Amino acid sequence: MADRKISIFVEEVCRVEGHGNIVLNATDGKIEELRLEITESPRLFEAFMLGRRWDEATHIACRICGICSIAHSTASVLAIEDAFGIEPSEQTIALRKIAYHGEMIQSHVLHFYYLAAPDFLGVPSVIPLIQSHPEEVKRALRLKRLGNDLCKLIVGRHIHPCAYLPKCMPKLPDPAAMEALHTRCLDARRDLDAAVALFSTLKLPDFDRPTECLASWDPDEYGMYRAVKIKSSNGDMTDTREYKTKIREFVVPHSHAKHAETENGAYMVGALARFKINYDQLHPKAKEVAQALGLTTDCTNPYAITVAQVVETVHSLEETIKYLEWCLGRELEWEDWDVKPRAGRGVGITEAPRGLLIHDYTFDDGGKLTNVNCIIPTNQNLNNIEHDFHALVPQIIERPDDEIRLLLEMLVRAYDPCISCATHMLKVEIKR
Amino acid sequence: MAKPRAAVFSMTSCEGCSLAILECENELLDVLEHVEFVEWREAMSEKTTEPIDIVFVDGSVSTHHDIKYIKRIRERARMLVPIGACAVNGSVNALKNRYGMNEAKEIVYGEAGAQFDTIPVRPIRAVVPVEFEIPGCPMNSEEFLRIVRDLLLGKKPRLPNYPVCVECKRKENVCVFEKGMFCMGPVARAGCGADCPSYGGWCEACRGFVDNPNEQAHWEVLQERGLTPEEVMQRFDIFCAWEIEDRRARAQQEKKE
Repeated sequence: MADRKISIFVEEVCRVEGHGNIVLNATDGKIEELRLEITESPRLFEAFMLGRRWDEATHIACRICGICSIAHSTASVLAIEDAFGIEPSEQTIALRKIAYHGEMIQSHVLHFYYLAAPDFLGVPSVIPLIQSHPEEVKRALRLKRLGNDLCKLIVGRHIHPCAYLPKCMPKLPDPAAMEALHTRCLDARRDLDAAVALFSTLKLPDFDRPTECLASWDPDEYGMYRAVKIKSSNGDMTDTREYKTKIREFVVPHSHAKHAETENGAYMVGALARFKINYDQLHPKAKEVAQALGLTTDCTNPYAITVAQVVETVHSLEETIKYLEWCLGRELEWEDWDVKPRAGRGVGITEAPRGLLIHDYTFDDGGKLTNVNCIIPTNQNLNNIEHDFHALVPQIIERPDDEIRLLLEMLVRAYDPCISCATHMLKVEIKR
Repeated sequence: MAKPRAAVFSMTSCEGCSLAILECENELLDVLEHVEFVEWREAMSEKTTEPIDIVFVDGSVSTHHDIKYIKRIRERARMLVPIGACAVNGSVNALKNRYGMNEAKEIVYGEAGAQFDTIPVRPIRAVVPVEFEIPGCPMNSEEFLRIVRDLLLGKKPRLPNYPVCVECKRKENVCVFEKGMFCMGPVARAGCGADCPSYGGWCEACRGFVDNPNEQAHWEVLQERGLTPEEVMQRFDIFCAWEIEDRRARAQQEKKE
């Protein structure tokens, strides 16, 4: 193939959230340009959050993302509680976790069924699957609806919760509605079994690149809802308030979203990173599924993020059942919403479906925001995706353009990027 | 009769309202029997160059690129329907209009901000004509289905022009102010079923104001309840910064004439 020029420009990668382009130019197997451009319009959230009251922060910040607004709300209330010295009750945490895992289920199902599966089944979207795989589509809709309804039970809706507040839940769920959802969760186990059966037949593209992984860590459970520390796949632990000693963000010219690195370079966050770091604490049923799908903690294939999402969906479903049963086993108590703001800094770290999410707020003594810094999972993954690109392309450069294009698109999709998020929350320094 | 051809596009937004279409899980398969989706970047790879009967767009106009983008979409669309607060009244995106564009960019990106294209945020109707708008942050999936059905049947859909308080009272909620929270319900456009107060929160007027809101009276109520004038303005602004500025500009224009 003498003088073969490859010029691939994927304008607005499909089946991802937000606007991103893939650029590859190569001559005779030599890469000249290869990057993931982020063209999403900046929204400048941190600029307009400054000077606002603490009780506006969460409902504004969740508007960063329509897919993971409960994760943003969670990071936001954790930051506020950290700053004001509030310890929410066991009941509040149990209720929040039902909504939290509901979002995890709905987001993972959306990704592995609607956005990623069509690539493996050789169709351009979920729409042709309505004809060819009707039972699978109905199953996906049922699972996704279950996730949404869990969110609805606790916080009114899954896209931008109606009321997600620091300290306590402003409304207690109706026991009959909890009971009904509990039954649906038990039924959903069968749907998930079928999803696992489908995914066990799909073949991932061959590709491996070892990279550092970061995830939330909690001594008491699989790190998701709240990071007690940030844990690296190399065993390093970082205190939540000291995240800047581990993670450095920087601006690159071709992206409206910042990139990030650790002292070891690019790193990965998300379902596969969590699976590798916190495998021991995964629910036994999820471990069985991982085994059935052939996923192990030494996996270095980023295409397997989608498989890790299937495994985590099983974990989140079991956690949801556990917390619903906890709530159903007692009379829920009304708690007064009496938040007393005070000056200081608070850091809230949670896992969005697509990875480590940090909200860092500083308040003055009137409870107004004087500094906001948020680190978004997709920002952290962008650098890693580009490193994957550079490792992958030389291995596939002899293949036809369409195949190269598809493999690059599938790689981006595997990370389940949330580009609106990545572009809308960046570093802010107060200037007054 | 051929199915109407529909498409979904996104501009500056969180794409939650595109996602809200997928949230119609119970009805989605029925909708797909009556409507053919021909382009929708977030959900499918298929694209079209043909004209489209009904185009839904979420997001605001916030860059020079967005202006060109929405004009191109307008040319291809028989009906253009902005969905969600960003597209209908600028939503929280318009809060950046309260800053100079360079100042806002610099706060967020530092010196590197100069490379980014950003202009004051506008809703879609401020740039191109639209057939109907579906408000809300996010838009309500049930309302979306009702409006789409009306539009496809050639009927003119309607939005309520009474405040959220009406729906909240009908649900027999304790008044948000009685709970020591601050609410925009008295001036906010209903149609959401007062979901936020019903789940223990407060209204932030994400659907914009009713046609003739008593802004002055509500301004006084919020101050009596303990907000400073600056805080009152911030509350009004959360979702309605563009709407407030636009109304002010039009009033000035009328005065001149």
